[in-house]
Amino acid sequence: MSTVINVRNLNFSFDQDEQVLPVLKNMNIAIQKGEIVIMTGPSGSGKTTFLTIVGALRQAIEGSVEVLGQQLINSSEQTKVSIRQQTGYIFQQHNLLKSLTAQQNVSMTLEMFNDMSEKERLDRATDMLKAVGLGDRLDHKPDKLSGGERQRVSIARALAGRPKIVLADEPTASLDKQSGQEAVTILKHLAKESGASILLVTHDYRILDIADRVVELEDGMIRSN
Amino acid sequence: MNSFSWFYFPARLAWRQLIHDRTKLIAAIAGVLFACVLVFMQLGFRDSLFASAISAPTKLNGDLFLMHKQSEAMWRPVPFARSELMRTFGHPAVAEVSPLYLGLTWFKNIEKQTKRTLMVYGYNPEAELFGLDTVITQQRELQVKDTVMFDEYSRPEFGPMRELLEVGRIETEINDYTIRVIGLFRMGVSFASDGNVVTSDQNFMRIFPGRSLNMIDIGVIKLHPGSSTDQVKIDLQQRLNEFITIFTYDELLEYEKKYWSNTAPIGFIFGFGMVMGLVVGLVIVYQILFTDIVNHRNEFATLKAMGYKQSYFVRLVFATAFFLAVLGFIPGLILSISLYHLAESQMFMPMPMTFGKAINVFMFILSMCFLAGFLAIRKLKDANPADMF
Ligand SMILES: Nc1ncnc2c1ncn2[C@@H]1O[C@H](COP(=O)(O)OP(=O)(O)OP(=O)(O)O)[C@@H](O)[C@H]1O
Ligand SMILES: [Mg+2]
Repeated sequence: MSTVINVRNLNFSFDQDEQVLPVLKNMNIAIQKGEIVIMTGPSGSGKTTFLTIVGALRQAIEGSVEVLGQQLINSSEQTKVSIRQQTGYIFQQHNLLKSLTAQQNVSMTLEMFNDMSEKERLDRATDMLKAVGLGDRLDHKPDKLSGGERQRVSIARALAGRPKIVLADEPTASLDKQSGQEAVTILKHLAKESGASILLVTHDYRILDIADRVVELEDGMIRSN
Repeated sequence: MNSFSWFYFPARLAWRQLIHDRTKLIAAIAGVLFACVLVFMQLGFRDSLFASAISAPTKLNGDLFLMHKQSEAMWRPVPFARSELMRTFGHPAVAEVSPLYLGLTWFKNIEKQTKRTLMVYGYNPEAELFGLDTVITQQRELQVKDTVMFDEYSRPEFGPMRELLEVGRIETEINDYTIRVIGLFRMGVSFASDGNVVTSDQNFMRIFPGRSLNMIDIGVIKLHPGSSTDQVKIDLQQRLNEFITIFTYDELLEYEKKYWSNTAPIGFIFGFGMVMGLVVGLVIVYQILFTDIVNHRNEFATLKAMGYKQSYFVRLVFATAFFLAVLGFIPGLILSISLYHLAESQMFMPMPMTFGKAINVFMFILSMCFLAGFLAIRKLKDANPADMF
């Protein structure tokens, strides 16, 4: 098994008007290919901060963060863009583009690369939407979809580009029990199919069973179980 | 990424975002349209001013023209001695010389008896100084005492001359002197005068008792065919008094145009109005693009998190600016064409919509939109993907 995320001695603090707020303290974690890891922990413990660093959305300067073989500590914009393109994100809010239909939203993931024709992109988007059970909602814009449906579109969007890593921050927070369960089951199924690793942050104890491993972040450090 | 998708994808997203919010799109188009119409009208009025300001000199028949150095423009000449003009006769290339007399004075509306100022041109009709067909055919009648011909393109305040002439009401007063209008010609009004009248030099002196045949306003010289205008001009310059300026036909037109664009504040006023139109449009388009970026900040941050580069959003903003320019320009052009027609029919000002003018204004509007886009892209930096989780 190969390691896709390898974090060693990561320190991270926010500078807030003259004050330094340490958030991650000497953090260590490794995630293998195809592994599904759920991260829990009290509010304010630094889970979201950690996700944004691993996803190359936030710059860290101390320690080592290797993602897909690339070092993210003090990385260039180019490295960050390349990691972002190989990562699928699922946000707490769906963050779909409201002027685009479900199908167009999903193909936005594919438009960055010039390796597909328009038809191939739309076909892939259709397949992904069918896989999340929205084959009949292709031309709906986000405001014509329910909360659970929007989150499923964003799962389809995150996975359409066949990412090696999926990062999800409380994807079920705005969903009821039923649709939350459905969404993560679909996520797990799709990720297993393509061999992607998942790092999922949640407070929702009802979905812990989909994980291969559950870790807890407390006070900026991993408390392994 | 090939160069097609390099622009096509961000432009397509820009387009989809634009048409998603129809109300905002219409407001944006209205802003650009407003700027467009303002610029078209200012340009139209300015060009029309220039075209009609030189409608009289354009119709002049001659090779060289003498004016007093202090004459700022044809409509406000400083008279000089007729003998200066006669002296040019000594040059072998000069075939014919004729004096032209000009005077601004009021003309009484035959119907309403109201008085309004127009320009009176006096010259020997046989000299055919103006290329006006009807004046040339009626040159004999114009030699008769107290006759004038009237410019049909004069402002309507002078009365419906054509109808009046048809029913025989031809008598009126110019400068308190009774004359008969014996025919019409077509020249065009300028900002200096609302109408024109042509009469013989003898009649001119009757209308203006204070003037004398010996003090002329413009001297018109016709040369023998085949002689070099420029060479004769140089020769004459040495013979004539230094307070005389000699113009070729083109130089005279240029001199008149320059007067209206530089000396007179009118050229400046129109330039200023045009700039104001563009500034207002710029502010509106900037506002639209700016709030557009603010409203889409989360969407842009999401796309950045997915791996879209900053330059993609710059292209998107410029594509939006381009679409707004085109979408505002098309109705702006159509509206301006109808306003031009309205101005032509109501104000008797020549307002042609030329292809060149349309291209010019489109370039103005496009630059305006791009400048607004350029100012708005600073706001893109606020879209931070780390804020999305
Ligand atoms: N942009 C920021 N600037 C300054 N401080 C921040 C910023 N973002 C987060 N913090 C602080 O960093 C700490 C960790 O925040 P983070 O969002 O990572 O917590 P979390 O574990 O995701 O919490 P929750 O479970 O409530 O989402 C908190 O104390 C928070 O106040
Ligand atoms: Mg959080």
